[in-house]
Amino acid sequence: MLSIFKRSLALLLAASLPVAAEIDPWQYNLTEGVTSVSQNVYGLHMFIFYICCIIGVIVFGAMFVSMYLHRKSRGVEASQFHESVKLELVWTIVPALILIGMAFPATKSLMEIYDTDNAELDIIVTGHQWKWQYEYRGEGVSFFSNLSQKSKDQIYSADAKSDDYLLDVDNPLVIPTGTKVRFLVTAADVIHSWWVPELAVKRDAIPGYINEAWTKVDEPGHFVGQCAELCGKDHGFMPIEVKVVSPEEFESWLGEKRAEAAAIAEAAKQTFTIDQLLEEGKVVYDTYCAACHQANGQGVPGAFPAIAGSPIAMGDVGLHMDRVLNGGVGMPPFGEQLTPVQSAAVITYQRNAFGNNMGDIVQPVDVVQYQQGQ
Amino acid sequence: MAHGPAKGFSRWLYTTNHKDIGSMYLWFSFAMFFLGGIFALVIRAELFQPGMQIVDPNFFNQMTTMHGLVMVFGAVMPAFVGLANWMVPMMIGAPDMALPRMNNWSFWILPFAFAMLASTLFMEGGAPNFGWTFYAPLSTTYAPASVTFFIFAVHIMGASSIMGSINIIATILNMRAPGMTLMKMPLFVWTWLITAYLLIAVMPVLAGVVTMMLMDIHFGTSFFDAAGGGDPVLFQHVFWFFGHPEVYIMILPAFGVVSAIIPTFARKPLFGYSSMVYATASIAFLSFIVWAHHMFTVGIPLLGELFFMYATMLIAVPTGVKVFNWVTTMWKGAMTFETPMLFSIAFVILFTIGGFSGLMLAIAPVDFQYHDTYFVVAHFHYVLVPGAIFSITAAVYYWLPKWCGKMYDETLGKTHFWLAFAGLNITFFPMHFSGLAYMPRRIPDYNVAFANWNMISSVGAFLFGAAQVLFLYIIIRTIVSGKKATDQVWEGATGLEWSVPSPAPYHTFSTPPEVK
Amino acid sequence: METKHEAYYVPEQSKLPLWASISLFLTVFGLANLFNSISAHKKAMLADSSLAPLGMFGHDGIYFVICGFIMFCFVLYTWFGQAIDENIRGLNSAQLKRSYVWGMGWFIFSEVMFFSAFFGALWYLRNISFPHLADASTNDILYNGNIEVEWPPAQTPDQIVNGDSASFVAPDKGMGWAGWGHVAKWLPFWNTVILLTSSVTVHIAHVALLKNNKKTFNLWLGITVALGIIFLGFQAFEYYEAVHHYGIKLHSGAYGFTFFMLTGFHGMHVFMGTFMLLVQWLRSVTKGHFTHDDCFGFEASSWYWHFVDVVWLGLFIFVYILG
Ligand code: HEA
Ligand code: HEA
Ligand code: HEC
Ligand code: CUA
Ligand SMILES: [Cu+2]
Repeated sequence: MLSIFKRSLALLLAASLPVAAEIDPWQYNLTEGVTSVSQNVYGLHMFIFYICCIIGVIVFGAMFVSMYLHRKSRGVEASQFHESVKLELVWTIVPALILIGMAFPATKSLMEIYDTDNAELDIIVTGHQWKWQYEYRGEGVSFFSNLSQKSKDQIYSADAKSDDYLLDVDNPLVIPTGTKVRFLVTAADVIHSWWVPELAVKRDAIPGYINEAWTKVDEPGHFVGQCAELCGKDHGFMPIEVKVVSPEEFESWLGEKRAEAAAIAEAAKQTFTIDQLLEEGKVVYDTYCAACHQANGQGVPGAFPAIAGSPIAMGDVGLHMDRVLNGGVGMPPFGEQLTPVQSAAVITYQRNAFGNNMGDIVQPVDVVQYQQGQ
Repeated sequence: MAHGPAKGFSRWLYTTNHKDIGSMYLWFSFAMFFLGGIFALVIRAELFQPGMQIVDPNFFNQMTTMHGLVMVFGAVMPAFVGLANWMVPMMIGAPDMALPRMNNWSFWILPFAFAMLASTLFMEGGAPNFGWTFYAPLSTTYAPASVTFFIFAVHIMGASSIMGSINIIATILNMRAPGMTLMKMPLFVWTWLITAYLLIAVMPVLAGVVTMMLMDIHFGTSFFDAAGGGDPVLFQHVFWFFGHPEVYIMILPAFGVVSAIIPTFARKPLFGYSSMVYATASIAFLSFIVWAHHMFTVGIPLLGELFFMYATMLIAVPTGVKVFNWVTTMWKGAMTFETPMLFSIAFVILFTIGGFSGLMLAIAPVDFQYHDTYFVVAHFHYVLVPGAIFSITAAVYYWLPKWCGKMYDETLGKTHFWLAFAGLNITFFPMHFSGLAYMPRRIPDYNVAFANWNMISSVGAFLFGAAQVLFLYIIIRTIVSGKKATDQVWEGATGLEWSVPSPAPYHTFSTPPEVK
Repeated sequence: METKHEAYYVPEQSKLPLWASISLFLTVFGLANLFNSISAHKKAMLADSSLAPLGMFGHDGIYFVICGFIMFCFVLYTWFGQAIDENIRGLNSAQLKRSYVWGMGWFIFSEVMFFSAFFGALWYLRNISFPHLADASTNDILYNGNIEVEWPPAQTPDQIVNGDSASFVAPDKGMGWAGWGHVAKWLPFWNTVILLTSSVTVHIAHVALLKNNKKTFNLWLGITVALGIIFLGFQAFEYYEAVHHYGIKLHSGAYGFTFFMLTGFHGMHVFMGTFMLLVQWLRSVTKGHFTHDDCFGFEASSWYWHFVDVVWLGLFIFVYILG
C-alpha cells in the first residue's frame, strides 16, 4: 500500500516539475525494483540493516554511557574486573544465533536467483570494450548498444548534463513482459559485468565462458544500468538500457529489426563515390574509433596506435580490412557491429584522412566479399 | 654493545638496530600515505562534479590503481611493520629483533620497490590502470607495458614482507624474556604473531599469481585465457586467496594497538584477554576460507556461493567478541580522553560501522546489488581509514613520547583528531548513499543523480587531507621542541616498554628483564 | 623458556642489506626491461616479417640483469661467509641458533605456499574451468559443442574456434602414466626413485654426522649431491622429449603450461637444493666444518631437500599419475 502511495506521489511531483523527471539527487537507498527477486533482495537488505542498527545502538549506547559515567573527571575509581566466562559465552552465542536467522532468507533468495531453468527467451549478452552486444537466440536478431551520442557530446562540455547523462544508449535492449528471460552473459575481450539494478541482475561477463542470469518483469517499463566491472578506459561509459514492452509490441519490434537487417544487406550492394564514403566515414570514425585512436588520428602512445601514418592504414588494404573487421590485441573486431557500408566508409576515411592520402577506395561489396572469403 | 647509534647517514643505511629500522619504516609509510593521499585527491577532484574536467579516463584509472596499491602496500603494511619493529622487542624484553641484518634488508627493499612502481607513471602507456585487484585479462593481454615493472615490484615487496614476518615470528617465539609466557604477551605482540603467520602464508600466493601473469604476458602460457584452456576467474581465486587474508593483515595489528591503548586510559586491565587471543586466531583461520565473497557475481556454483556466504558471516562472531571486550574494558574504568584514546574510541565505533556494512556485503543475494558500487568503497574505507589508519595514528601518539622522549602538544593532537574525524565521515559516509543509489565504483564520471553525494565526499577528502598535514606538523614539532616526557608517560600504562627511560635507550634489554 | 642467560649477538652495522637491496633492484628492473623489449620486438616482427630476432645482448636491460645478479651472488656469498665466521668465532648463542632454525622453517613454509598456488591452479583448471567450458550453454554457444573433457585436451578452445591459425595448440600426447609395461622407460618413475633415495641418503649422512662420523657423512652427502645432479639431467632430457616428441610447449594450453610451470619451478628448487648441499659438502670436505652439535648449514639444506622431495611426490601424483 505504502509503496503505491509513494509511487503516485512521485508521479504527481514529476508531473508538476517536468525537469526533475525520475531522478532524486538525494537518493540514499536501494530501490525495491520491479521483479520478485529485486523485491526480495530489497527486503533482505533492509532486514539486515535494521539488525545492524539495533546492535549498533546497544553497543555504542553502552560505550557512550560508560564514557559519560566512568570518566576520571567525575572522580570515579577504576574497578579491576577483567574476566567473565558467562558474558563471553553470551556474546558469542547470541550473535551466532542472529546470523543463523539471517542465513535462512538469504539462502532462499539466492536459490531463486540461481534458478535459470525454464526460460522462454534466451538473450546472449556480450560485453565489448566499451559497448554491449545483444543476440536474441534463434530469432535472427543481433545488435550493438553504445553510449548515446547525446551523452558523449556532454562529457567534455561545460553545459548542464541531461538527466539521463551516461545512462542512455543508441539501441536499448527490448524484452517482453511476463516472460522469463534468460541472459547468457559473456565477453569478447576483458571482464565486464552486466547490471540492471531495478531487475537486481548483475552477472560478470567472462571472456570464453558463459554465465547465466534471468529476469521476469510483469509491467512495461524502462530501466537503466551500467557496466559493473573495471574494463579499461571507458568502463564508466558503457551503460545499459532495457525497455520492457508487451509481447505484441515485442514481436513487432523484432520484425522491424529483421527488416533493418535486410535493408542493410541491400545497401551493401550499392557503389559510392569517394566523397560519400569520406563523409560517412568521418561520422563512423568519430562515433566508434575516436575513443581510442583520438579524433585527430594521433592515438595514445603506448596504448592505441596512431592512424595518421599508420603502416596498416597506409599499407595493404586486406590487412587494413582485417584489422578493422576482426580486431587486434586491444582493438575490438568491428565486422559485426558496423554495416558493410560503414566499414567501407571508415576504412576509406582512414586511408585518406590525417594526411594519409592514399587515394584509394573501399566499397561495401569489397567488405562483404572479404567477410565471405573468411 | 654498549655503544649508541653511529654518526651520519650510515646510521640509517647500514643499521641493524630495531628502533632505527622501525623509524625508517614509519617515515617511509608516512611518505607513502601522502603519495597515496595525493592520488586520492586527484580522484576526488575529478569526481567533484559530473563531466570530465581534470584528467582523462585512462589516467583516472591509473590514479585509482596506484592509490589502492600505494595505500595498502606502501602505507598501511609498512606502518604496522614499523610499529612491530619498535615495540615487539621492547614489549617482550628482547635485545633486538631475532635476525637484525635481515631486518634492515626487509626495509631497504621497499624504497626500491616503490620507486619502481611510481616510475611507471612516467612510462609510455602509463602506470597500471587495472585496479589494485588487477583482474586478468585486463592486467595481462590488455595491460600497458608498465605491468611488467608492477609485477616485479610486487615480487620484491613480497620478499620484503615475508622476510619481515619471519623475523617477527622468530623474535616472538624465541626471544621472550624469562617468565614471559605466550599468554602473558601483550595483545599487540599476539596479533602481530598471527599477522606474520598470515603474511607468510599468503604473500607467496600473491607472488605466484603475478608470476602466472608474467608468464601469460611474455612467455605464451594461458593461465587466464580461455583460448588456451585457462580461466580469468582462476586469477580472482588466487588473488583473493591472498587478498582476503591481506585485509585482516591490515586490521589485526590495529586490534592489538587498540587493546593496548584502551586499558591504559580506562585504567583497568583489558577485559577477556584470553578470548581476545582466541578471537584473533579464529579470525585468522576464517580468513582463509572466505575469499570468494569478493566474487559472488562471477558465477560460482550455488553450493560454493552458500559456503562462502556462511563462512564470511561467521567472522562477525569473533570480531564481535573483540568489540564487546573493548566496550567492557571501558565499563567502570576511570577514563581520560587524551589523543590516543580519542582515536581508539573512534576506531571502535567506526570500525564497527565498517564491519556492519561488511556483514551486509556478505549476504550474497544482496551483494549482487552492492558489488562494485560505492557501497563497497564506503565499507572498506570505514575499516581501513578509521580502522588501520586511525589505529596507527593512535599508536604514534601513544608511543611517540617513548620513542623520542618528548611529549606532543595535547591541544594540537585533539584538533587533529576532530578534524580527521569530521573529514573522514564527510568523505566516506556519503559513499554509502551514492553506492546504494547505484553508483558504480572505478568510474571517472557519473550521472547527475550522484552529484550531491560526490560533491560532499570531495570536500571532506580535502578536509581530511589537511588534517594529515597538521599531523605531520605535530610530529615534527614534538621531535624538535616537545616538552620532556616522563618514563611512564601515561598514568595507567603497564608493560615492559614503560619500564625503560624515555626516550628508550638505543639498546634495551641487553640483559633480559624478569617477568613475573 | 630460557633459564640461563647468554648474550644475544646483535651484529654491528652492516653494508650487506643495502647492497642486497640494490642488486635485487637492478636485477628485477633489468628483467622487466628485458622482457618488455623481447615482447615488443616479437610483436614488431609479426607486423614486419623482415625483422630478424634480436640476439640476447641486443635487448635493453640485459646489462642490468647481469650486473645485478653478479652483485647479488657476491653479496650472498659475503653474507653467508660472515654468518659462518661469526658462528666459528663462537658469537652465536644457542638462542640465536634457534632463531636461524625458525627462520629456515618459516622460509620453507612460504615455499610450500608458493607451490600451493600452482597446484591449486592445476586443480582448478582441470576440475572447475574445464567442465565449465564443456558445460551446455558455454560449449554450445562459444565452441559449437566441440569441447570434450579429457586430459590432456585433444584441442584447445583456440583451435576449436580458429582452426589452424590458433596460437595455442594442444600437445600430441601427455606425459602421464602409460601402464606397467612402459615403466622401465618412463622417466618420472626413475626420477621419483632417485629423489626418494636421495632423501634417504641425506638422512644417512645426517645420522653419521650426529655420531661425528665425518667420513661417512662426506660420502653420503656426496652421493646425495650426485643424485640431485642426475635428477636434473633426467629432467632436462625429459623436457627435450616433451618438446620434441610429445609436442608439449608453454603455449600448448592448460596441459602444457601447468606441466612446465610445476615441474619447472620444482626443477629450479632441486637446482637450488643441490647447490646448497654441494656448498655444505665443500665446506665439510675442504674446511672440515660441522660437528654433531653444530651443523645448522647442513641441517637447513637437508630440510630444504626433504621439502623438495615432498613437492615432487605431489607432482608425481597430480601431474604425472593423474595427468
Ligand atoms: C581492514 C580491512 C577490512 C576488514 C577488517 C574487512 C572486514 C569485513 N569485510 Fe571487507 N573488504 C575490504 C577490507 C576489509 N573488510 C576491502 C579492501 C574490500 C574491497 C576490495 C576491493 O574489491 O577492492 C572489502 C570487500 C568486502 C566484500 C566484497 C564486496 C564486493 O566487492 O561485492 C565483502 C563481502 O562479503 C566483505 C565483507 C567483510 C566482512 C563480513 C568483514 C568482517 O570482518 C566484519 C566483522 C565486523 C563486524 C560485523 C562488526 C562488529 C561485530 C559486532 C558488533 C558483533 C555483532 C554483529 C552482528 C551479529 C551483525 N568485504
Ligand atoms: C589503507 C588504505 C586506504 C586509505 C588510507 C585510503 C584513503 C583514501 N581514499 Fe581510498 N582506496 C583504497 C584504500 C585506501 N584509501 C583502496 C584499496 C581502493 C580501491 C582501489 C581500486 O578500486 O582498485 C580505494 C579507492 C578509493 C576511491 C574509489 C576510486 C574509484 O573507485 O575510482 C576513492 C574515491 O573517493 C578513494 C578516496 C580516498 C580518500 C579521499 C582517502 C583519504 O583518506 C586520503 C587522505 C590522505 C591525504 C589527502 C594525504 C595527505 C595530505 C596531503 C598530501 C597534503 C595535500 C592536501 C591538502 C592540503 C588538502 N579511495
Ligand atoms: C577499444 C579501443 C579501440 C577502438 C574503439 C578502435 N581501435 Fe583500432 N586499434 C586499437 C588497438 C589497441 C590497436 C592495436 C592493435 C594491435 O596491434 O593488434 C588498433 C589498431 C588499429 C589499426 C592498425 C593501426 C596500426 O598501425 O597498427 C587500424 C587501422 C585501426 N585500429 C582502425 C580502427 C577503426 C577503423 C576503428 C573504428 C571503427 C577502431 N580502430 C576502433 C584500439 C581500438
Ligand atoms: Cu565494461 Cu566496465
Ligand atoms: Cu574479503
